[in-house]
Amino acid sequence: MDLLKRYRWALLLTLLLGLSMILKPDMGFKAASLTGENFLFMLKIIPPIFLILGLLDVWVPKETMIKYMGKGSGLKGSVLAFFLGSAAAGPLYAAFPVAHVLLKKEASLINVFIFIGAWSATKVPPFLFETTSLGLNFAVTRLALILPSIIFIALITFKATKKEEQSIYENAQSF
Amino acid sequence: MFTVVLYGTALTALAVSYLKNPQKTKQALKKGYKAFTNILPDFLTVILIIGFTLAVLSPETVSKYIGTNSGFLGLAVASVVGAVTLIPGFIAFPLAKALVESGAGLVPIAAFVSTLMMVGFVTIPLEIKYFGKKATYIRNALAFIFSVAIALIMGVLPWIY
Repeated sequence: MDLLKRYRWALLLTLLLGLSMILKPDMGFKAASLTGENFLFMLKIIPPIFLILGLLDVWVPKETMIKYMGKGSGLKGSVLAFFLGSAAAGPLYAAFPVAHVLLKKEASLINVFIFIGAWSATKVPPFLFETTSLGLNFAVTRLALILPSIIFIALITFKATKKEEQSIYENAQSF
Repeated sequence: MFTVVLYGTALTALAVSYLKNPQKTKQALKKGYKAFTNILPDFLTVILIIGFTLAVLSPETVSKYIGTNSGFLGLAVASVVGAVTLIPGFIAFPLAKALVESGAGLVPIAAFVSTLMMVGFVTIPLEIKYFGKKATYIRNALAFIFSVAIALIMGVLPWIY
């Protein structure tokens, strides 16, 4: 019953997908093949990510994380968070489980937000695709504008959620 | 290639961990599995929504609305489409190039690329699970505003054309 409840949206949408394949085959089959493609893509990257995260969770002591990216880590911690995010690969939704482990090990919230920002906007492979598709000037200019933006976004989000900070950490410990 | 590296890294780490401490490794597997099944329903939901969205919003439909002279409407359409869709970079940038070649303006394209990367409208339920509602809404709203602002600034810089 609990399982059914957890999967209710996924089940409902699958049902809807089946219905649209019958009633609107054009759109339905397109949606189904896109969903299938994304599902395969997810299967390719999600299991190893969670495996690595499980190992990090067990092997990286909380003290290490606090030292390098915790509350007292200062600018160095933020720079590290930025490079960790930029060096990553994969879509933004894969960043959340990683952020989860960072929070569990008590990296500071501002650093986690910087990590998310960097993951979303300054990863290396997409930048290379951007230079080849839209030109070096376009890509470099956008990067130069994006950099301060992700810092601002992280800072504002951090300041605005001061009250929620405790519950975010507690939530991270709960699963 | 990327998948091979990722799986290679994960499996090597698993092997090293097992040799060092089988007990801890079992614990790691359990933790990873638990974190995975915890988020799996949301992942599946998100993927289904993306499938529907992309089936409705084809590149042809989009390029009609974001031409060079599309002005404010073009910018708005591009930003919203970028925010609600989730396309990996290796598809998105060639797509952006194709759109530019078929007449899309660079300002809407800049907005599209930025919101695509920074704003995750369909992944909001997923993000909320980790960060709570407030942080998620604020981050996405700010990412959207900054993306549009960046596109507008780029529009007045002569060297991007």
